[in-house]
Amino acid sequence: MRARVYVTLKPGVLDPAGKAVANGLFGLGFPEVKDVRLGRYLELEVDEADAVRAKARVEEMARRLLANTVMENFRVELG
Amino acid sequence: MTFGIVVFPGSNCDQDAFHVASRVLGQPAHVLWHKDRDLKGADVVVLPGGFSYGDYLRCGALARLSPIMEAVAAHARAGGKVLGICNGFQVLVEAGLLPGALLRNAGMKFICDQAELVVENAATPFTRKYVQGQRVRIPIAHGEGNYFIDDDGLARLEGEGQVVFRYADNPNGSRNAIAGIVNAGRNVLGMMPHPERAAEALLGSTDGRALFESLLA
Repeated sequence: MRARVYVTLKPGVLDPAGKAVANGLFGLGFPEVKDVRLGRYLELEVDEADAVRAKARVEEMARRLLANTVMENFRVELG
Repeated sequence: MTFGIVVFPGSNCDQDAFHVASRVLGQPAHVLWHKDRDLKGADVVVLPGGFSYGDYLRCGALARLSPIMEAVAAHARAGGKVLGICNGFQVLVEAGLLPGALLRNAGMKFICDQAELVVENAATPFTRKYVQGQRVRIPIAHGEGNYFIDDDGLARLEGEGQVVFRYADNPNGSRNAIAGIVNAGRNVLGMMPHPERAAEALLGSTDGRALFESLLA
């Protein structure tokens, strides 16, 4: 089963890299961009047929390693 | 006082720390490989600066999974001294041995500079050779040194005297200009500035030397 993990900075946590990208877009002629938040995306191939169990396991992986929950949120999707 | 300096793949300040412990202080010191499982009698464990595991995933996130870290955590739990410098500080927060996290510098730039610090707590085993409120010059060199912690955590650190060093002029956006903290037991110190690069006059400052000397007292 494939799992997709989206790791994003928590709201309110300063994101200087996102700001730099926003400035770049502005310079390219996209003044409508008001904010960019830069995150991390991971694809995992998981040997587990049961979707509920797979999701629980991947969420545990996210909590323990893939995200740092002090500063980041995560979301897990399957399939 | 025996120093054990941990070397992760990508550490690059391990020899500087080893030099200060062994040559400048004249103390027994040895290097610990990240795959080692015991500290070989080290009283003080140093997690040095560098780019462990290429900073993959997040700075320090993979180093804290190294076999040696179980021994380091056990040492810390038993009250043993642990000093994390720069990347070592990042490893300590990822390992949960210190609270908070280190984000990208607010100004996006990697900063390599001499920093002026204020000694906020001179009553820790790492700082007793300093004077409370003393200003010291110790270099910084990091891209992710922006110390972050939530409001409750920040209040706790400040209230419990766990903020040990503060930047006189906040270079990286750290909350409350925090440059270094200790755990509640005061036996684990993490700091972004490099005291091992300021231990000999030849290098422009000797203000970092007192930190290592404090450990001998």
